[in-house]
Amino acid sequence: MELAVHLRDAVALLGRFPALAGADLDVARGEVVLLRGPNGAGKTTLLRVCAGLAAVSSGVAEVLGVDLVRHRSAIRRRVGLLGHATYLYDDLTVTENVDFWARAAGAEVADGRRALDRLEVASRLHDLPVHTLSAGQRRRVSFAAMVARRPELWLLDEPHAGLDASGRDIIDGLVREAASVGATVLFASHELDRADDVADRTVEVVGGTVVTAPQDAPPLDAPSPLAAPPSEGVASDA
Amino acid sequence: MTVDNPTTGAGRPPGAASEPPTGPPTTGSTATRVLGVITLVGIAALVLLGVFLTPADAELGDTIRILYMHVPTVSTAYLAFVITAIASVMYLWKRTEFWDLFAASSAELGVLFFALTILNGMLWGKITWGVFWRWEPRLTTTAVLMLTYVGYLAVRQIPNDTRTRGTISAVIGIMAVVNIPITHKAVDWWRGLHQEKTIFGTVDPDMKGLQLFTAYLGLTVFLVLFAWLLIHRFRVAWLAERAADVGVDAAIAERRAERAVPSSAGGAS
Amino acid sequence: MRDAVLVMTKDLRLEWRSKVGIGQVLPFSLLVVLLFAFALDPERGVLDRVTSGLFWVVVLFSSVLMIERAFSVEAADGIFDALRLSGLAPAAIYAGKVAALAVQLLAVEAVLAVAVAVFYDTTFRTPVLTVGVALVATVGIAAAGAVYGALAARLRSGTTLLPLLLLPLLAPVLIGATRGFEVALGREAGPGWPWVALLGIFAVVYLTLGALLFRPLLEDA
Repeated sequence: MELAVHLRDAVALLGRFPALAGADLDVARGEVVLLRGPNGAGKTTLLRVCAGLAAVSSGVAEVLGVDLVRHRSAIRRRVGLLGHATYLYDDLTVTENVDFWARAAGAEVADGRRALDRLEVASRLHDLPVHTLSAGQRRRVSFAAMVARRPELWLLDEPHAGLDASGRDIIDGLVREAASVGATVLFASHELDRADDVADRTVEVVGGTVVTAPQDAPPLDAPSPLAAPPSEGVASDA
Repeated sequence: MTVDNPTTGAGRPPGAASEPPTGPPTTGSTATRVLGVITLVGIAALVLLGVFLTPADAELGDTIRILYMHVPTVSTAYLAFVITAIASVMYLWKRTEFWDLFAASSAELGVLFFALTILNGMLWGKITWGVFWRWEPRLTTTAVLMLTYVGYLAVRQIPNDTRTRGTISAVIGIMAVVNIPITHKAVDWWRGLHQEKTIFGTVDPDMKGLQLFTAYLGLTVFLVLFAWLLIHRFRVAWLAERAADVGVDAAIAERRAERAVPSSAGGAS
Repeated sequence: MRDAVLVMTKDLRLEWRSKVGIGQVLPFSLLVVLLFAFALDPERGVLDRVTSGLFWVVVLFSSVLMIERAFSVEAADGIFDALRLSGLAPAAIYAGKVAALAVQLLAVEAVLAVAVAVFYDTTFRTPVLTVGVALVATVGIAAAGAVYGALAARLRSGTTLLPLLLLPLLAPVLIGATRGFEVALGREAGPGWPWVALLGIFAVVYLTLGALLFRPLLEDA
């Protein structure tokens, strides 16, 4: 089985704080994997490592066949990351933003328009500066900018946050569609009901490690909703 | 000059016995002790020769004595900045902490020697011109370049990820060194319009035996002093990094222990 | 090349929409021109003698503001990460930023030149030399400024650090451009072109370094 993501004992330091403290994870191509875990568990860092943005200081880390320990910048143009930030220029309009990021990635302007349509961003918004949009609308625009790049690996950090029900449906639909055409999706979410439906598999991230054994196919049962809330760790998610 | 070992008493946790063999318990070693002795003897000899034994210059009078220090400090400073630039290039290439700390240590000493240069240049000016400062090309260049490197040191003061700090300061170290010849040329042309006595322009090309010997002795002594200080400064920086590293292995273990907390806690919120 | 044009167009469009350069930097530079007149009594002919120096000092200060703006835009809202993921070549991003900065700075200089001509009663006797000096000096400022702007944007308290880092580096540009203008204004005899050559060397050296150093700066800092 060809792997999209292959981590073995991967350590990633934020300053001197081990945000990832020896994570093991294998994700097959075309798989949709949900990352679950308390705040500060290292989910965001795990996604940033896979995007080639955070450095792996020891261990093995390969994404789409690229060795991240040596050439982490080589992976960047092939992945799409949706984080807590929107990656949009506030003073540019919706279409100017999407066009810029689409063309930067070598995609066509038409790809950007199609993506905006898929995200159901109303065309009356297209010529408005991004800073006049609501948070949810901005999120849709930045999702469109990511989709327009046609990434091979989607890394979504709380993709449902700030979206209304129809927005969430659109994103879930896009995730399934991406997987059906061979893209791999790794996403972190706290919306477990919704996320479990989309994901092929769930892994749990705790204390900078992935608890579920690699290639452990059957998904975990959902945890008891009555369990005590986790103690807040250092906010590597922030 | 002995420098305290920053790691003593840093209470290493058991099990974290990963002290690298390169980190000596003190910054002193046989080499630095030899260098230190040479430096101290050299400085004493330089003071003796420069202040008492050499004759006053026919044209410059006693002010020539300042040159025995001025020329070495400014030369050493330029050498320091070239070393910083080379180490910066090496850092961007090799990405090892060694080159980053080496570049920083050298830049720090370069600024120190520049400051000394400006001070003794001003003393010379007070005696020769009657004022501390005149826009003499060499001193002006020195002052501007020193500010460039003060910026370099300021950047290193800002707490940051070591890789970010290393990359940014390496870029500055390279940008700044290229500015040295350009600034030299620009200031020369600029002040060339206003010819006046300069601290270098009047150096007698045919210094007599003892004067010439003293000039070379000064250069040698300051180079040895620089090497001595550089080794110590680098080792202090290295040990400081090791001291900060001591916690990392423990932090990883502690972080992994977080998962011992019942995993059912995951996902709530 | 295509990428550089993309980045430059984006930057100029951003300026066109936000009007920070026209609305803030330009008025600031005109204000400084007035402040100098208050500080140096216009009746005594001091202004007349120091015009070219004042002009370039104002340009340097304005350039610091503009460079800061050009890179705070890239540092906002995770955009630095997006640029790293974008697939744009770092050298192309650098070239685009330099070009956009140079265009904006030249616009400020043009307005400043008119202001100086009116308020300080200055006549530029050799327009070709004037334009030559301004063009080459501006490219030099943008070339060095884009590198320092990018690295200051990655630092906490980088905003206050930028002038300390950048202005000493630009000292040769100030010298060359001021002397070149002196000749262009007819204040100083002698050829002005050696100064243009000096400015040109500065520009070429820092364009080359910037194109090389932007990759580690973008990818690892």
